[in-house]
Amino acid sequence: MDRLLAQLLPSLTETLGTIVFIIVATALIELIVYLVIGRIFKSRHLLVWMLIAPAAVGLAILIVYPLLWELRLSLTNMSLRRFGDKAQYFWVVCAAGEAPKGLAWLTECLFKNYADVFRMPVLKQVMFLPVFLRTVAWTGVNVFFHVAGGMGLALLLNRPMRGRGVYRALLILPWAIPQVIAVLAWRGEFHYEYGYFNIILTQLGLAPVEWMSNPLANFTAMVATNVWLGVPFMMVILLGAMQSISGEYYEAAEIDGAGGYQQWRHITLPLIQPVLTPAIVLGTIWTFNNFNVPFFINQNELESSDILVTALYRAAFEYNRYGFAAAFAFVIFILLLAYVLIYIALTGTLKESTR
Amino acid sequence: MTSLSPSAAAMPGQALPKERTNTFFRSRRGDSPFKRLLIHLTLIMCCVATVYPLLRVLSVSLRPGDRLLSTSLRIIPPDASLENYRRLLTEKDFLLWVWNSLMITTGTAIVGVALASTSAYAFSRWRFPGRNPGLVFLLTTQMIPAAMLMVPLYILIVRNGLIGSYRGLIVAYSVSAVAFSIWILKGYYDTIPRELEEAALIDGAGRMETFRKIILPLSTPSLAIVFLFNFTQAWNEYLFARIILGNAKEIWTWPLGLQSLQQQFLTEWGMFAAGAILVTIPVVILFLYSSKYLISGLTLGSVKG
Repeated sequence: MDRLLAQLLPSLTETLGTIVFIIVATALIELIVYLVIGRIFKSRHLLVWMLIAPAAVGLAILIVYPLLWELRLSLTNMSLRRFGDKAQYFWVVCAAGEAPKGLAWLTECLFKNYADVFRMPVLKQVMFLPVFLRTVAWTGVNVFFHVAGGMGLALLLNRPMRGRGVYRALLILPWAIPQVIAVLAWRGEFHYEYGYFNIILTQLGLAPVEWMSNPLANFTAMVATNVWLGVPFMMVILLGAMQSISGEYYEAAEIDGAGGYQQWRHITLPLIQPVLTPAIVLGTIWTFNNFNVPFFINQNELESSDILVTALYRAAFEYNRYGFAAAFAFVIFILLLAYVLIYIALTGTLKESTR
Repeated sequence: MTSLSPSAAAMPGQALPKERTNTFFRSRRGDSPFKRLLIHLTLIMCCVATVYPLLRVLSVSLRPGDRLLSTSLRIIPPDASLENYRRLLTEKDFLLWVWNSLMITTGTAIVGVALASTSAYAFSRWRFPGRNPGLVFLLTTQMIPAAMLMVPLYILIVRNGLIGSYRGLIVAYSVSAVAFSIWILKGYYDTIPRELEEAALIDGAGRMETFRKIILPLSTPSLAIVFLFNFTQAWNEYLFARIILGNAKEIWTWPLGLQSLQQQFLTEWGMFAAGAILVTIPVVILFLYSSKYLISGLTLGSVKG
């Protein structure tokens, strides 16, 4: 309590100070943009640039610059030992004298970290490929259950019925509560003796499962938690899409004698496609990058439960191999980028939405 | 123009005929009583599956200290007490954590809305060189894994002495939500008819004046959504906070504080549960209240046109 009172004033001044700092910085940026683009280049889009400038500078400082810096970092052998002194590490790994020539220079010096991602264990024991395959399995299984569950619930709710609002509010809860709390609560329920999964199993006369130490059980626990967390989003999005479909289609189909499955297959599914496809792509990216669930369920214990992003966190902040982690991060990013580019090439979605 | 949102009637230019929203999926015929019973049973089972884990947290928070660990599956323990809440509020710095979160989160939301509302206006109303690459870039930032930015940001923040302060966190949060906010607001601005602005421009108003007096007031609902989005993102965030705030316990946000309780699993589980209940209730109320607007913002961008 005393610490709260002691902290009240400093934190208020710091927050206000930060906002004032941002206002002053914004004013400075606007002035520079005005002088450079308005006075020197005399662009007719001056106002546009002035509107965009603050966000653009923010993104440049917090995303573009760190990424470029990370790219440079990925070509070095920086680690915790070489943290303080800039002179202690060099942007290529090999010193000038001992460098091999030719192709070996690329894999052994310049891109050594990138090559290491594929030929050395990324953590203590696991190689890159198993972690990657596990991540693909993790993403595939989760997205499948999210879409199947969300679709099923949306279909059930998409009709006039009693208590619809109550069901919807209750079913949406996993999405509403803070993820950290949800995942930590689930972790508690996987406790060997006191978690309810094992209580139920023992009451049914079965052997309790070691959720935290058995690799397969641990992975199952992660998937169960994430399915529980992810279904409501899909349900709400798909329900919204279904409700915009005019009832006339179904009436016409019914007159023609189409059954429930046929109506779903030939009316509902095609008409919610414009919402379903982006939701699946977005869901795939989110699941692929999901940090909280594997991190908090596993709490950095089993390497056999790591997916790519948690392995990256470990490589950086547990083993402190910063240069290697930077290269690892770019490999992950390129994999995601490839997935999205293929998706865009196949569907041409982007063109429409940037119109 | 199609809209897929339940609140579509509130969107300018997106009004749906009212009676149509009530006649969906086979409303005319209705389902047989048996089928209805089956549907209700399925939904009730699903609701139990979503709510039960949360009720367990409530149950743990109500257990007195000496009976934290029990194999009973009852929700309200027979000897329920508020002991854990009392201990959390007096013995731990829970209020301090919530206060810190509140400060950081409010700062983030204000800055985030200011940044996004102006940029989105530019993206919505002008065709300027670099517009499409800019929009694509904003989408691309959504694919960057948080852990990827962690490495360079951590080293840069340590080097620049920003570790253990609010400032780095407020700036980082507001910028990390800006891409998504711009997309939502741009989608909304696109639905506001240009004629409104043109009339004002003819009457001699400046561009910024029309923005302030026409666009902003008309966009109040979506601005509120973006504010809430920024707010909840920052309120629930753990990873950045852990890395930037680190060991400075006096400025910990609540996720860091609650996680520190759970690390000593066996002793503090009851207080963790009490804290979880306390921070969750306001967020859930806000979320349920705003969810239909949030969803209309989400779907608007993808299906408009």
